[in-house]
Amino acid sequence: MFSSKVAQQSLRRLAVQQPLPMQASMMRASPAAVALGKGIQSRPVTSSPNTEDPTQILAKQRLNRPVSPHLSIYKPQIGWIGSSLHRISGVALSGPLYLWATAYLFSPALGWHLESASMVAAMGALPVAVKIGLKTILALPFTYHSMNGIRHLTWDLGKGLSNNAIIKSGWTVIGLSVTSAIALALL
Amino acid sequence: MASLRTTSRLFAASRPLFRPATFARSYATVEAGSTDAANAGPEAKLKTFKVYRWNPDTPSEKPTMQSYQLDLNKTGPMMLDALIRIKNEQDPTLTFRRSCREGICGSCAMNIDGVNTLACLCRIPTDTASESRIYPLPHTYVVKDLVPDLTLFYKQYKSIKPYLQRDTPSPDGLENRQSPEDRKKLDGLYECILCACCSTSCPSYWWNSEEYLGPAILLQSYRWLADSRDERTAERKAALDNSMSVYRCHTILNCTRTCPKGLNPGRAIAETKKMLASM
Repeated sequence: MFSSKVAQQSLRRLAVQQPLPMQASMMRASPAAVALGKGIQSRPVTSSPNTEDPTQILAKQRLNRPVSPHLSIYKPQIGWIGSSLHRISGVALSGPLYLWATAYLFSPALGWHLESASMVAAMGALPVAVKIGLKTILALPFTYHSMNGIRHLTWDLGKGLSNNAIIKSGWTVIGLSVTSAIALALL
Repeated sequence: MASLRTTSRLFAASRPLFRPATFARSYATVEAGSTDAANAGPEAKLKTFKVYRWNPDTPSEKPTMQSYQLDLNKTGPMMLDALIRIKNEQDPTLTFRRSCREGICGSCAMNIDGVNTLACLCRIPTDTASESRIYPLPHTYVVKDLVPDLTLFYKQYKSIKPYLQRDTPSPDGLENRQSPEDRKKLDGLYECILCACCSTSCPSYWWNSEEYLGPAILLQSYRWLADSRDERTAERKAALDNSMSVYRCHTILNCTRTCPKGLNPGRAIAETKKMLASM
């Protein structure tokens, strides 16, 4: 009773709105058949074996997919900026050390004078501003790397790992290293 | 009233069957002039959202940032509300994952204003002068727009055997009990919803995601190391004892900073390292 009413109603509306399509659809399935679900398509079951190597699907997809932006869009935060400074200061400390040590090793053969006495004389001849500038450039990586190293050691003990402590210790290390580097440069 | 509604639903359901293919429903479209910017009154709080777009149907085209303007007075408080409004009212092609809208499913993890978080837990900054930028999770392969490919992430999760491993049955044949103190050790670990916010915020994971497990998986790994009921602790530790799995962590701690659930993957990794050191 109810479903036939629905079918009647919908047919009436269709007849008003779309007279031609209605005729076409009438020929395909009667409203009663539709209401009973006889209009549902049936497909023969066929399956084809997947010959593609499943381990290669992801690799192939990745060839087409872009990698989303990372370092350039991530918000500058004391945590990762401080960490990258730790690495940069480490390189800034070890790089010149290796360069200078190698140069010192070969200096007799090359006729360079890298002994302490001549280095002291060379530094002494520089203007004061240049002296302080050079010393700061050498002192800052040293103070930062040492103090941040202590921060890393406390983390390795499992301490100071809350968000608050990370941010506070990060800024403390930056403040202390800058002031101590300036103090060392003014010595 | 109720019967009326049923009628109309039945009617709607039967309609496509009567229609020939030319009248078939097409994709949702947006009427011109329906955007907030077009209808903005004097009291409108228009904010610009810049959203990362990339379409796999045109793979040669570079990803772009598309701008949308929304009136914050008509938008819900959260970033997910804004994204859903953009999709519903301005651009139905915008693609992103979302499900629970309350921070329990982890589907809507994305990079919002430079920080990885769940869109449903991230308030829209009310400052309309600055625009908000929305990217997919950093350094992931993009499936479409804001949808990242997390296949590897889930594979890595599977690799740590995230389930209880026991050889001895419980003495009374009932559940495996643990003391309230031992249960407490799992607090802050079991709440992880694997949204991948922390792993994709980790530079070590960006450069070494094939081998380094990343903070989310290591937190899950520690959840089983810390469980008093698990009997394969030695085996689990041995699996981590190499240069890549856990020791690629350089304590950058972006993970702890970004976790939308307020968990501490950095601490879990530090505890794992301590356990490995005392092996």
